[in-house]
Amino acid sequence: MSSDWPLWEVFVRSRRGLSHTHAGSLHAPDAELALRNARDLYTRRSEGISIWVVPSSAVTASSPDEKDPFFEPAADKPYRHPTFYEVPEGVKNL
Amino acid sequence: MTSTVADRPELALADDALILSHRLGQWAGHAPVLEEEVALANIALDLLGQARALYSELGDEDELAYLREERAFRNCQLVEQPNGDFAVTLVRQLFFSSWQELLYGQLTSMPLAVKAVKEVVYHRDHAEQWTLRLGDGTDESHRRAQHAVDTLWRYTGELFQPLPGLDVCWDAMRSGWEKRVTGILDRATLTVPDGPQHGGWAAGAGRQGLHTEPFGPMLAEMQHLHRSHPGAAW
Repeated sequence: MSSDWPLWEVFVRSRRGLSHTHAGSLHAPDAELALRNARDLYTRRSEGISIWVVPSSAVTASSPDEKDPFFEPAADKPYRHPTFYEVPEGVKNL
Repeated sequence: MTSTVADRPELALADDALILSHRLGQWAGHAPVLEEEVALANIALDLLGQARALYSELGDEDELAYLREERAFRNCQLVEQPNGDFAVTLVRQLFFSSWQELLYGQLTSMPLAVKAVKEVVYHRDHAEQWTLRLGDGTDESHRRAQHAVDTLWRYTGELFQPLPGLDVCWDAMRSGWEKRVTGILDRATLTVPDGPQHGGWAAGAGRQGLHTEPFGPMLAEMQHLHRSHPGAAW
């Protein structure tokens, strides 16, 4: 099962969505069938959407052990955060 | 039921969809993997939806589905064939959905066909993917896929018996279907059985109400509850 039907990660962009979001995972023998299975399982076949499938083995994840140094920016250095910029009028989707 | 309903071509199309939907429903809980479970159920639901839409145009859908005898059903013999193994199910699906895709593509004046053709394209694509994988897979899957093709081929000729009342070019249907299916079978490294000149296409009088032996038991199972409690609301 695991070698013939490897695990795939599914990313879906809804019709009006701006980015692909991780929707879940599934087993499939290859990418073509992974796409079709993803359509059945995660999109209910709505029109106008985009699906990415990626073999789980191709994903490198950050290690939970490195969580602190990896994900905790120095909160006392606000100049790191883009909060001092004024958003120009008319800019959408920011 | 009037004889006009029995003669309507929509009844034959509805019966095709209902019976194949029921066969696919029999896979529930038995598919090789969970994902295929969902796919087969999805296709079954699409077909049941097509059947309901067509029956509703003809009369009471439950009456048509549950209270007709075997001889009154006009589905082609292909769709009533038992599921067999996964290869038989998928090759049956390939043969039928390729035909349905071409037919619904021509029935542009029938609202149901226009709506359902998108579903049918997906069914054909799914069956095509699996035919390629099974035919060009292992020795065992190739053997089973070839067996499925050889077993079911004789029921495909019936698909091109003209259904009176449908404005369809049946010769074009047949040549289009042969071309497409032959192409897929070739790519799947499967051998295409002999054509009608060798009598291989002879079987099939489902449209006239003559069905193969497995159909009766299937119908008995499907209609059992409705016949036991006639008139009940559900």
